Amino acid sequence: MNARTKEMQVSVWRGTAAGGRYETFAVPEQENQTILDVVTWIQQYADPSLTYRFACRVGMCGSCAMMVNGTPRWTCRTHVKKVVRNGAVRIGPLRNLPVIKDLAADMDPFFDKWTAAEGRHHPGISRADPVQQIAPDNPGRVVANAGIECINCGVCYAACDTVAGNPDYLGPAALQRAWTVLNDVKDTGGQTVLDAVSGTGGCHNCHSIGSCTTCCPNELDPLAAIAGLKRETTRAYLRGRRDA
Amino acid sequence: MRRHPLWLAHLLHRISGLALALFLPVHFWVLSLAIRDTDGLNRFLTFTDLPGVKLAEFGLVFLLAVHMAGGLRLMALEHLGWTTRQKSLAAGAVGVAVLISGTFFLKAI
Repeated sequence: MNARTKEMQVSVWRGTAAGGRYETFAVPEQENQTILDVVTWIQQYADPSLTYRFACRVGMCGSCAMMVNGTPRWTCRTHVKKVVRNGAVRIGPLRNLPVIKDLAADMDPFFDKWTAAEGRHHPGISRADPVQQIAPDNPGRVVANAGIECINCGVCYAACDTVAGNPDYLGPAALQRAWTVLNDVKDTGGQTVLDAVSGTGGCHNCHSIGSCTTCCPNELDPLAAIAGLKRETTRAYLRGRRDA
Repeated sequence: MRRHPLWLAHLLHRISGLALALFLPVHFWVLSLAIRDTDGLNRFLTFTDLPGVKLAEFGLVFLLAVHMAGGLRLMALEHLGWTTRQKSLAAGAVGVAVLISGTFFLKAI
């Protein structure tokens, strides 16, 4: 290494679900460098046993999210210059999820809740039917479009203080997916979705703190989606009472 | 992660709610004096003329105002879908609270 190369102090979480500690590495600074670059440098040049997860490196796959100085971020698109403080950075596994090892969080609870919120398509036609024509300016389509760029990175889930206090809470990503499915005019599972998101751990657990929307790397708005679910579940409840 | 207006609005709403919950028993106790101890109530009302108590009343009105405005903000956010204006509403909630409590304070001194 060039003697004139500046270094930063990078604290990285080492351990498993049973426990662990932060370990500090001196990493050379580069003019252009992402947090994922830093983690990769540590694994390649300092400690090959460091475990982390990534795939695309360009902000599409949602695999590399980690806690950076206490804030969840997609590390492949987070420049070191944006987050470094006094020459130091602290990197940990995503909050609110079990740790498998080091920086790799267990995403199972995250995706289990995605399923529990009925965040899947409920088809109303078969392959024998003609393809439905949906106008781009259809109001339901417009609302659904607002959430379809979610890359399942788990940043909103890690940012959510309600998830931290209530492990049963479905969380922003799953609820936003449910809101997208509910507004998809091709989807026929409306009541199923409303039932899934209005029970224990459903949308009404949300305290509207908004950290999900603040931290979403794709600038989506799960807070607005959850507010929409609150309105629709309330409306469905009142409609049910009126019809009873 | 927690340095954004909505998180601060959430914190303010929780703290003001807790403080008001602690205040309510005292409030009912003072009201009960009107029924069972008139002299005690008069002594208490004299006590409330002290500057320190006036200052505490300012805080109380602030808590009430900020909690009410914060609650209205939440209801608007969740039931009217004013999501793009949430930061303005949060700031507005604090602004209205300061205005009301400040007016009360200025009248008191």
